[in-house]
Amino acid sequence: MNSVQSLIQPQVLAQIGFAGVVALTLTGALIAVFPRNILYNVLGLIVCLTGVAGIFVYLGSPFIAMMELLIYVGAICISIIFAIMLSRPLHLSLPKRRLPKVGLSLGVGTAVFIMLSAIISRTEWQPAAIRSSDWSVTTLGTYLLTRYDLVFEVISLVLLVAIIGAIIISGYARRSTS
Amino acid sequence: MNSLYTYLFLAALLFSLGIFGVFQRRSLIGMLIAIELMLTGASINFMAFNRFLAPDPIVGQIYTLFIMGIAAAEAAIALSIIVAVFRRLRSINIERAQELRG
Repeated sequence: MNSVQSLIQPQVLAQIGFAGVVALTLTGALIAVFPRNILYNVLGLIVCLTGVAGIFVYLGSPFIAMMELLIYVGAICISIIFAIMLSRPLHLSLPKRRLPKVGLSLGVGTAVFIMLSAIISRTEWQPAAIRSSDWSVTTLGTYLLTRYDLVFEVISLVLLVAIIGAIIISGYARRSTS
Repeated sequence: MNSLYTYLFLAALLFSLGIFGVFQRRSLIGMLIAIELMLTGASINFMAFNRFLAPDPIVGQIYTLFIMGIAAAEAAIALSIIVAVFRRLRSINIERAQELRG
């Protein structure tokens, strides 16, 4: 056991884990965008968001990682899967991919990526002079209820309006068509 | 390896993949998935700046929580619109939804 521990340094292990998490995110994102089958896209999105939760752990915030898993994977992806069950059967023949459209959108995506990476690599990123090292969930809760109180309330209101609006939109559509 | 640039490039890659997906897909659910990818890229950016640059490492986490809340609201509204469009047009293809065309 000791020999194994001395053989594998913790830093090396952390780097391997980081590479694995990044690979998970990128493969998930590719699966989420490229295949035609919509169910594969959602499964790719789930893989990608799980990888992003791992990245948040490496960025020092396990709480946000848990929230990512809960909200994105647990709520958003599941509701997307419900919407897929409402939509048309997947075994019907798909229309053909139009190559000019795919090429153009690939060009736009590459242009945006090149622009963003040029901005990233040319900027001199300066860390703040005084950096607090308080990462705890307790402080996060205190900030949410003191300095960011208004934003917190507004987000709650937005969620309430969104839920009521979703019910009304899907309900009225049913009444008017069937 | 574990530096600010790694995270920023990863977030930029996710964001541009999302833009590519929005332009390329014709199904509304596919576009919604691509938009979720873009939002995730933005929250990775916030968390990376929070970890490496910000004076107060709570603010980025709070912003990421808010992005998640907005994403949840957006997904609920978008899915109900998709259901309504499907009931009306019997399709979730974006090119069939042309009733407002002059």
